[in-house]
Amino acid sequence: MTDRYTQAVNSGFTKTLAKKLGLPRPAILRRYRAGDPLTVGPVLVLSDGASKGDADALAQALLGWDLDVRRQPTDDVRWGAVVLVLTEAAAPTDVAETVLAAGSVLRRLAGNGRVVTVSRAPADGDSPALAATRNGVDGFLRSVAKELRAGATGNGVVLTDGAGVDSTSALATLRFFLSARSAYVDGQLLRVGPTDATTGSETTGRRPLEGEVAVVTGAARGIGASIAKVLARDGATVVCVDVPAAGEALAATANAVGGTALQLDVTTDDAGERILAHARERHGRLDVVVHNAGITRDKLLANMKSAQWDSVVAVNLAAQLRINETLLAAGIEGLRIVSLASTSGIAGNKGQTNYGFSKAGVIGHTRATAGLLASSGGAANAVAPGFIETEMTSRIPFATREVARRLPTLAQGGRPVDVAEAIAFLASPAAAGVNGQVLRVCGQHLVGQ
Amino acid sequence: MATRQQTPAPAAGARPDVRDAVVVGGNRIPFSRAGKKYADASNQEMFTAALEGLVARFGLQGERLGEVVGGAVLKHSRDFNLVRESVLGSSLSPTTPAFDLQQACATGLEATINVANKIRLGQIDSGVAGGTDTVSDAPIAVSEGLRRALLEAQHAKTWQARAKALATIRPGDLKPMAPATDEPRTGLSMGEHQAITTARWEISREAQDEIALASHQHLAAAWESGFFDDLVTPFRGLTRDDNLRADTSIEKLASLKPVFGRSLETPATMTAGNSTPLTDGASTVLLGSREWAESHDLPVLARFVDAETAAVDFVHGHEGLLMAPAHAVPRLLARNGLSFDDFDFFEIHEAFASTVLTTLAAWEDADYGKNELGLAGAFGTVDRSKVNVNGSSLAAGHPFAATGGRIVATAAKLVAQRAAETGEPARALISVCAAGGLGATAIVESV
Repeated sequence: MTDRYTQAVNSGFTKTLAKKLGLPRPAILRRYRAGDPLTVGPVLVLSDGASKGDADALAQALLGWDLDVRRQPTDDVRWGAVVLVLTEAAAPTDVAETVLAAGSVLRRLAGNGRVVTVSRAPADGDSPALAATRNGVDGFLRSVAKELRAGATGNGVVLTDGAGVDSTSALATLRFFLSARSAYVDGQLLRVGPTDATTGSETTGRRPLEGEVAVVTGAARGIGASIAKVLARDGATVVCVDVPAAGEALAATANAVGGTALQLDVTTDDAGERILAHARERHGRLDVVVHNAGITRDKLLANMKSAQWDSVVAVNLAAQLRINETLLAAGIEGLRIVSLASTSGIAGNKGQTNYGFSKAGVIGHTRATAGLLASSGGAANAVAPGFIETEMTSRIPFATREVARRLPTLAQGGRPVDVAEAIAFLASPAAAGVNGQVLRVCGQHLVGQ
Repeated sequence: MATRQQTPAPAAGARPDVRDAVVVGGNRIPFSRAGKKYADASNQEMFTAALEGLVARFGLQGERLGEVVGGAVLKHSRDFNLVRESVLGSSLSPTTPAFDLQQACATGLEATINVANKIRLGQIDSGVAGGTDTVSDAPIAVSEGLRRALLEAQHAKTWQARAKALATIRPGDLKPMAPATDEPRTGLSMGEHQAITTARWEISREAQDEIALASHQHLAAAWESGFFDDLVTPFRGLTRDDNLRADTSIEKLASLKPVFGRSLETPATMTAGNSTPLTDGASTVLLGSREWAESHDLPVLARFVDAETAAVDFVHGHEGLLMAPAHAVPRLLARNGLSFDDFDFFEIHEAFASTVLTTLAAWEDADYGKNELGLAGAFGTVDRSKVNVNGSSLAAGHPFAATGGRIVATAAKLVAQRAAETGEPARALISVCAAGGLGATAIVESV
């Protein structure tokens, strides 16, 4: 699972050699550690003229997070982040000054720095010029993300339906993108809707999932075990679910996070009822469900047997649908569901017609479920991991694995914890305004949006 | 048949001044035939694994339990604090007390009785009972001659004295002594003892093979139905009991050669198929007071009602080595005002298929009832369809001290399921025979 190349080009003689030869040098990404500062340096907040009010409000919020917030580009600073507020830009000509000002400091952006755009989504009834401007931010952000180096990333907060720039979920999303928790999220724009007043604030000192109960399927190993750990770190009591045969590793996960182990095959008819009953009877409530359990049975379609197609669809898609039906029928207030999709479900992957179908299906049901949960203050979202360094991907042949690692902008595979951090963010009450979205955790992979 | 009452009658032996001890759940590792998957696993590793699965299932991380009680029949001298060491290696609070006990094959059930009694008396609110055994990692002793010489050399004050002590060692002393399960007072193995009892009760080979077949079929069905999903946690890659032969048949069992009783005048009937194999494994049961279970939001499967142990004189008397439960059960039922008709399940440990059959035959025999049990006649007849409905030791295997925990957890879940299905209380009788002419029996009842 170790990425020896990334280690080599970041230390000692091989680092010097790689520099001289001009080899690609994937950075050592900064990941969340309790007590570390939110950003690696001061934050520069820029805006076009019309968005100045929003920029002021944002800057005020950032000050509340104990950040060193600046409003003027200067040469004497190693910038931790640049935030471009373009919420009120109405014409294509409005943004030039702001983006060029951002460009003037990019050479002084620190390693693991951040570029975050804050803009509004094009909406029905927008004038063509307004829609062009708003959609333009999308292409700008994805392009600038590809120009960043040394572990710096670029992501965008896209406000919808008149969501305030300093609304709870907008700030929570901005904070996630600025933080080390989004280390492997790059080139992504996340749509954030309005949140009502009851939504918990991101800035209170308490852990975001304190007092809440979360269920994680496929929690025995890999990404699932990592999700359980991060949710527990954020305060949740975690019900760890996996097939009975994975019970030994499942018990280890449950004991590591102080949760409970539920040996259960998610494809059984009453899986939803049993999960709900366990959560309620043993922990008194259910707030978050993470559909992580998944399998691959790769075959070219020409060679695909029904067992291979059926098992992948049953575990990755049908089980989620059946469990969600039960959860929706239970009418749980504020329920948040996060499902594991995949870049294979977005861009397709040779040999994975079954997997691609199931993961694109996950994206489909997430969007449909979002509307059903919104009325009760809940949300459904998906996370689409790219190449993640796990036990499973370590079995990919060396050459294929090396190519997969170097394709993304960050030129390396992600870690299970990167996926877990994205899920924990989407599972947090403050992210309630993010609903029906797919967040990629792929280091800005080449393919798909 | 007596009509069953809507609520369990207050048992005759019930003490109004003690509170209930309830079974919350259990966890064991799959049992494995000696020398296979757990060949290099120690008792401590296995018991710790069983504890860890239990802790995970019930979210007991960092919890200080009242006591953890268990043991092993085959035990290294270095494992003097086996259970305490397992607790220290687990996710339980290190302030959880523990102790080892041992009553041969009844160790696990005796541990349960012990924990339940402490709970009933209010000495503890919660506890784990269990046991572990490995035949694969059994201790091997040195000969008496070598042992004495080494001890003397260790105590010697001068090198001359030490040399003198060591010089007494003879080549023959170097032969290691493997553990034997033979009865120390008769020199007979347990199988040979049971062969005598089997012959005395004229138990046929066919009847024994039928018990063995049913054990495999019932256990296989229980695994298939997911009965063990919340009773077992895999260990070292083993996910099911590997002694289980779901596809065995009466023909296959009939083809096996007898291994015990071959020197008796009667035909030998006991084979490797209708006797338990040597097995490695560990099991645990979580018990508590009702209040403790409730305050921890834990389920309650059953009440651990009462227990009775017995012993028989197999050395000088004429009773069979493994017949003690036949004596314990009548006393247990009398104290609680119950008869066989009041039970929905009978969990009779299958040391051998014939142990089950000789026990049942003894209870049905009028002379035995009068002469051995001091009753007016036969004690009673057990409905065979209620015996070991989810399989027992012939199929699961029998890691000596771990068997009690397996049976208690299974019986508790059975009565809980039955009560949930029918809305009426359900009861199970547990019977475990043990070396030394010992036997332990118990009653569990739905709550």
